[in-house]
This record gives sequence, C-alpha cells and structure tokens, in this order.
Amino acid sequence: MSNLRVPTMAELMASGETAEILFWVGCSGSFDDRAKKITKAIVKILNHCDVKFGVLGTEESCTGDPAKRAGNEFTFQMQAMMNIQVLDGYEVKKIVTGCPHCFNTLKNEYPELGGTYEVIHHTQLIQELIDSGKLTVQGGTYKGKKITFHDPCYLGRANDVYEAPRELITKLDAELVEMKRCKTNGLCCGAGGAQMFKEAEKGNKEVNVLRTEDALEVAPEIIATGCPFCNTMMTDGVKHFEKEQEIKVLDVAELIANAADL
Amino acid sequence: MISGIVFGILLVGSFGFFTWNVWKIRQNILLGRELDRTDNPKERWRTMILVAFGQKKMFQRPIPAILHLFIYAAFVITQIELIEIVVDGFSGHHRIFRPALGGFYTFIISFIEILSVLAFVATIAFLARRNLLKIPRFTMREMVGWAKTDANLILFFEFLLVTCIFMMNGADEVLYSRGLSHAENLGDGSFGFAVTQHIGPAFFGGLSDGALHVIERIGWWGHIVMVFVFLNYLPFSKHFHILLAFPNTYYSNLEKKGRFTNLASVTNEVKLMMDPTADPFAAPADGAVAEPQRFGAKDVTDLTWKSLLDAYTCTECGRCSSACPANQTGKLLSPRKIMMETRDRLEVVGDNIRKHGKEYDDGKSLLFDHITEEEIWACTSCNACVQECPVNIDPLSIIMEMRRYLVMEESKMPSELTGMLTNIENNGAPWQFSPTDRLNWKDE
Ligand code: SF4
Ligand code: SF4
Repeated sequence: MSNLRVPTMAELMASGETAEILFWVGCSGSFDDRAKKITKAIVKILNHCDVKFGVLGTEESCTGDPAKRAGNEFTFQMQAMMNIQVLDGYEVKKIVTGCPHCFNTLKNEYPELGGTYEVIHHTQLIQELIDSGKLTVQGGTYKGKKITFHDPCYLGRANDVYEAPRELITKLDAELVEMKRCKTNGLCCGAGGAQMFKEAEKGNKEVNVLRTEDALEVAPEIIATGCPFCNTMMTDGVKHFEKEQEIKVLDVAELIANAADL
Repeated sequence: MISGIVFGILLVGSFGFFTWNVWKIRQNILLGRELDRTDNPKERWRTMILVAFGQKKMFQRPIPAILHLFIYAAFVITQIELIEIVVDGFSGHHRIFRPALGGFYTFIISFIEILSVLAFVATIAFLARRNLLKIPRFTMREMVGWAKTDANLILFFEFLLVTCIFMMNGADEVLYSRGLSHAENLGDGSFGFAVTQHIGPAFFGGLSDGALHVIERIGWWGHIVMVFVFLNYLPFSKHFHILLAFPNTYYSNLEKKGRFTNLASVTNEVKLMMDPTADPFAAPADGAVAEPQRFGAKDVTDLTWKSLLDAYTCTECGRCSSACPANQTGKLLSPRKIMMETRDRLEVVGDNIRKHGKEYDDGKSLLFDHITEEEIWACTSCNACVQECPVNIDPLSIIMEMRRYLVMEESKMPSELTGMLTNIENNGAPWQFSPTDRLNWKDE
C-alpha cells in the first residue's frame, strides 16, 4: 500500500548515488507499532521536500543507549563500534534521528569512539526545511487547537533543544500552552534510563501518570512530543485517566505531516 | 594586654584547627579517581562567577533566593568589619579605622548594619520555613538527626552573630554619646551608623555606664568568638558550601548533560575484540600500564574526585530531590541522599586510611551499606537533579557508576534488563525482533 520512497544506503551505493543525510530510524521507530507511524510521518516530510536521504535498513542496529543507561558499557561500546563501521563504510556525514535517545548517543557519545557526524533531531530538520522554504504548512488542521509540548529529557535538558519543536507547533497556528513544568524544568515521562524495559520500583504513583496530570492541568486537545518513548508513556497516562477520546498524543512530525496534508 | 594575648591564642588556635580539618577534607577528595577538568578556563571562570558568586540558579525560586542573598551579602560584607576587629583585638585600640576613614567608615558600618538587619529577618524566616511551614523538601526521610540539627544550628549561629553586632554597636553608640566610648572621640556625639544610632539609645539608653561597657564587651567578644566557632564548624557541616561552591562550580561539567563518559578500559577491550589483527600484548598507546580498575563504583574511592568534591559541596537543600521524578512518585531514590551518603562514607573511609593505612578494609561500602540497589535502579537518568542543583552537583554520575558496578562486576540487575541486554546483543534491538525485519515498516 505504501508509496513511501525509502532507499537504503546499500541501494544508493549500488546505483552510484549518495545521500545528503542518513535517517537513523531507531529500534522503536522500526519495530513499535505506534512509533512506526511517526517514522512514516518523517519519511513523508522527507519525500515531500525531495530530501536525498537513505536509511540503513537491516544494517541499522541499536545505538546501545539502553545498554549504556543500564550500566552495561560493554554492550554499548560493541554496538557503537559496529554502527560506526557501518556508518563510515557509507561515508555518512549528517544524520537525522527519529528519537532523542539515538540523537543524544550518536551526537555526544560516538565521537570519542571514532564516529563523528553532524547529528540532528527530526524536529530540527523539519525546522530547517521550513526555514529554507522547502516545506510550507498552513494552520488548517490544527488552527486554534490547544497543544502542549512535553519536553523529552534527552532532547531538552540533555541537549538544550527546546525551541525547534515549539516553533513548529506555532507554525500550525495552534495555541501552544505550556505546562507548569516545562523546558529546563520539564518532568520526565518515566521511560528514560532503561526504565522503559523494566517494572518501576515500589512507590505510590507511576511517573507517566504524574506527568499526565501536569498535562491535564492545562486542558490540551493534543499532547505533542518528540520521542517515541515519551509518546508511549503519555499515551498510557492519558488512557489511565480515560481521556483518550478528548486528548491525542502525537509526535511533532505527525502534526506537521498532517497539517501539510502529506 | 591580657585580652590581646587571649585574642591571639583564639585566633591562631581557630585558624590552625580549621586548616587541619580542611586539609583532611582535601585529602579525602583526592582519594577519588582522576578526571581532567582543566580545559576551557574562560568558560569555567564564567560559570563560577554566575553560579557561585552570582547565585544564578538560586533565582529559580525567588523567595528563598532573596532571603539567602541577604545572609550571603551580610556574610561577605561583615568580613570587612572583621579586619578591624582583628586589628583592634591585637593592638588594644577601639575602632582604629574610624578617625582615618571618617565618613567612609560610617558608610561601611552602616551598610553592614543594614545587611545585618536583612540577614536577621532572613534567618528568622528560614527557621520558620524549616520548622513551622513543613516544606516537603526539608522533611524528607534523609532530613532527620544531624542533617536537621545542622541546618537549624547554622541559622541559630547566624542569629547570635547578628545579635552580637547590634549589642556591640548599640551599646557603644550610647557610650560614645556620653563621651565614654573607648573609640577616639571626634566630638560629634554619635557614630551615625544607620541602624544603631536609633536602636542603641532605644534599647540601651537607660542603662548605667558600667552595664553598657559590659554589654559592649559581650557583643565584641561574642561576635569574634562566634566567627571562630562558625569557621571551625564549617568543615563538619553542609555550610561548607560557602567555600566549596566556588571550586565546585569552576570544575563543573561543561559538556552536554546527556553525554555520559565512555569507559576507556572497555574501549580498549572492545577494539581488541573487533580487530582480529590487533596484538593483545601490545603496550597501551599512552605508555602507562594502568592497574586494573574496578568497572564502575562500589565505594567512594571508585568515584572521581569531582563526585567527592560534589559530596562535600552539597548544601542539602533538596532541590534535586524535589525535582526528581522517582522521588516525587514515592520511590526510595533521593539524589540529595546519594550526595549525603557519599559524604558520610567518605569521612569514614578517609579516617580509616589515616588511622590504619591505605590498604585497610572495614568490610563496608557506599553501595549496599549506604545506598541500596533499589535506589540505584529507580533513576530515569532525566538530569532534573543536575539541572536544579544551585552549586552544579551531579548526583546522576554517581548513580550511573554504581549501575556500571552492579551490571559489569556483579551481573546484578532487574531481570527484565538482563533480557533487554541479551536482545541487544543477539538481535540489535532491545526487544525480541529479528534484525531482518527492521525495514518492514516501509511496506506496512
Ligand atoms: S536523573 Fe535520576 S536521580 Fe536525578 S532527578 Fe532524574 S531520576 Fe532523579
Ligand atoms: S545536590 Fe545540589 S540540589 Fe541536591 S541537595 Fe545538594 S546542593 Fe541541593
């Protein structure tokens, strides 16, 4: 059914073409049913703007982020070195990621291991596309809608990217409402540091429920995020309060793709 | 004469004891592992001036920030008056700088007095916040016993110190107006200090000359003795942050917060594994054959010196814990407690080494005896604690080092994580999906 153009780096190489940018899809974006939709939204935008990109496809492997945050430096560095070999094999210079965790690891932790690339998050790429006039979005779909943005820790505090996703939301003519804890003070969704893969320790509440309460306070129609894990956590939080009819949890890439009618 | 000698003994004794205790703390901090934080001095100075001197991060919460600023400013400015007290103490003069400095002297002392009033108000407000208002971050489970006493004691000291300043200047003002002060009489009838020219006569105006002399001396000696007590109390207290905040912010992590260190020892091994032509017996490039180090941290000596400096710098303010998602949802983890335990353990380890030598092992460790695995695993690595800390402490790096120890040295971790790691190793993803299906989304 899909009419997405998703060339792999191997295919491009075989036909003598080069990619301007590598789209690092990430494990979640490749395998998680919800996150795959975000991946496709990003691809739609890339296709629409005729960005010459490639993916690694089956040659992509976990960046090692969850292993590193769980304390297993061996597994992390094995993954990193293997990925660097593949990336260098294709002479990759610039990478866009669909996930702040991949973004952080590739950008900050690979250089010391020999892998130096220009790495950007997909919200930054979309902003570049809009700024350079390659992509135009009209308010239409989201005009006047109340949207709040949940800062992913690994995009915000970890890498000081706060504005790109917000500027995209304002491009939609939507009403951006901030939660009381936002930007540097944003509260975690509860998934980071390998928590996504384990039960939480004993406590009196789940972190994603607490964060969803923050969001509900500002009564948004949409909770926007820029991270597949935050997306899962906030979606579960919204379900916890049985609000899934009124409040949608969407990635900024999905908002843009929908608004641009892609 | 006698009082000059007493003063000299007190001064030398208290500075000596203080230096000795600071030296011990320095020794303890240097027990930590190496870490290079000497790059980019310009940015480091900038950070120190903004965060420590300018208290930039305090102003995230304006009310305590302003109260804290009053005490901080009074503390810094009062040191000027202290110079005179020391000179007077030795020389037997009284207000030796006044005749020479004239109006400027009046200005300085007035400035000190005004700040002291503000500090007085702030001290009372802080005591109320800690003891009456029950603000959650001051009543968490680690804030019992010594931690609570320490916080109140400091405020009480401050209260006494300021009271002494006003007793001293107030009584002296009345004596001066009666022409009886030991200060040189300039024939102006009043010192003209902003606060005590009013409260002096109001409080002490009706007292006899003798009583006034006694009160003035109590104030003078009380002030200087409190300063000595305070100084020597610092190394045993969270209040040590007034000094360590400066080096600690200078040596801040200037990298992006998301960047965790890569263990170099692991890098070498992984390179060997990936490069079949490498000579496993080749000497490391930098020539130094490092003694095998433990992966991660079990005890304080496995942490870097910066983490240990962090521990001594912690003000126990609890901003980190009140921003921590794990702590807010009732988990055991509290980043403040991580810092307090690290300091407590380091004190013991340092004393043991001084008493019994470097190899001594008391059978205890920071992890397990002070910090539990449950605390370590509750962290989401969200960096909220690091962001919040007004003196740029990094509790997260300690937590991560302990995870490394647990996983790489003892293979101890929540069972789901074992599965996750196996998946990454076998299928290149944290879930059980086949790597050959990675691009299937394209056609779904
Ligand atoms: S990084 Fe860990 S300890 Fe620090 S605030 Fe986040 S969850 Fe708490
Ligand atoms: S680590 Fe920083 S924020 Fe936390 S209690 Fe200590 S000084 Fe306060």
